[in-house]
Amino acid sequence: MTTAQRVNVALRKVPSWVVYLIGAVIPFYYLYLALTGAMGVEPVNSLERALGELAMQALVVVLAVTPLRKLTGVSLIMHRRALGLLAFFYVACHLLVWGVLDVQDPARMWSDIVKRPYITIGMVGFVLLLPVAATSNNFSVRRMGPMRWRRLHMLTYVICVSGAVHYVMVQKVWEIEPLIYLALVLALLAYRIPTLRREFAA
Amino acid sequence: LALSAWPAAAQTDALEPNSFEEITTYNNFYEFGTGKTDPKENAGQLTTSPWAVEINGMVDKPGTYAFDDIMAQMDIEERIYRLRCVEAWSMVIPWQGFELADLLALAGPNPEARFVEFQTLMRPEEMPGQEYPILDWPYIEGLRMDEAMHPLTIMATGLYDEPIPNQNGAPMRLVVPWKYGFKSIKSIVRITLTDDQPSTTWNKAGPSEYGFYANVNPTVDHPRWSQATERRVGGGLFSKRIDTLMFNGYDEVAPLYEGMDLEAQF
Repeated sequence: MTTAQRVNVALRKVPSWVVYLIGAVIPFYYLYLALTGAMGVEPVNSLERALGELAMQALVVVLAVTPLRKLTGVSLIMHRRALGLLAFFYVACHLLVWGVLDVQDPARMWSDIVKRPYITIGMVGFVLLLPVAATSNNFSVRRMGPMRWRRLHMLTYVICVSGAVHYVMVQKVWEIEPLIYLALVLALLAYRIPTLRREFAA
Repeated sequence: LALSAWPAAAQTDALEPNSFEEITTYNNFYEFGTGKTDPKENAGQLTTSPWAVEINGMVDKPGTYAFDDIMAQMDIEERIYRLRCVEAWSMVIPWQGFELADLLALAGPNPEARFVEFQTLMRPEEMPGQEYPILDWPYIEGLRMDEAMHPLTIMATGLYDEPIPNQNGAPMRLVVPWKYGFKSIKSIVRITLTDDQPSTTWNKAGPSEYGFYANVNPTVDHPRWSQATERRVGGGLFSKRIDTLMFNGYDEVAPLYEGMDLEAQF
């Protein structure tokens, strides 16, 4: 048995609920850190950023599943749904902290969404996540049929780019970290181009 | 003197200073990194003694002024000022220092000087952020002459009755309380009096985002966020935003800008 196969056997032994549980606990752990002063003297901003970065990390992992399998044989495919739904959960937490703890005013939230391009782009990503998250279940796959379902879930590509661009744009200067996320997203998408070209040419 | 000149609105605001910890662990000082805690983590190695400031340009006595000699000639007083960052957070800080006008008087400003340009230390071996070209180093800021001579404008050398910590701009930094924090340049090594408007660091980095004047103004938004409100650091996770005041509440500076369109010259 190859190393990749051994890793896959081990990965298959991890029940989904463990992935959901560990993943879902992280934002609450962050909240605990923010409440106890471990996130510094301005915890609203720290928490908001930590959740946004966590969402970006989850999105990159989701996007890496297919290239990782093709390049190394290691398959996270059985945990991709959990990872994707966790990414949605993190984005929702990030949005909640932004609205409730940071901006604190529905009218100003709306004016920010329409006036500030980086927020507009972030919101586009969130809105596109809604149908993808809502159909991340076996029932939807059956009802929609695999082809239509797959097409809908290609929105993930747009969502990841929106998230990364939103992250780059919120900075006052060209910071390295958000640019690394953007580069990762673009590289993981570029890897798919030949497959997608074949698929849409057919 | 300046304390009694504060407007009534500012006095009713209790001006409870932020804690020493808050003021010294949440800093923007990109020479030490872009994270808020980077300055505290990386500024310890900065050599601040000996220190000297070159004062040149349109002055009678250009030259290098040793920090200790300056301190020996200045009256140090406390000024409890609000600080409003362009990022929409704020603090209240008990500075010790002296009026910039008194420092400039040592060098004898010429009548034709219209602006003052300031420069921060450039020393990448001690300021690791300067290794990255995120800003056009060294950091440059500037004031119009009347702003520089205003009694509210100070050079801060102390904080909570201690020498100012490195991450807050040791040994000597500008504090202009009615302008966004980035105008209050830290760790100053050069002051040049000139008749040209200085080309300043943030203004060069984003002319549509950071104006030369950078007066605190709740009606002129940053293109990427509203400036109408701010969050006072230290209120915790559930702190309410507070309204941002014109000129950060220091209304007595309004006459400096009479006749100017503050939306165009922001």
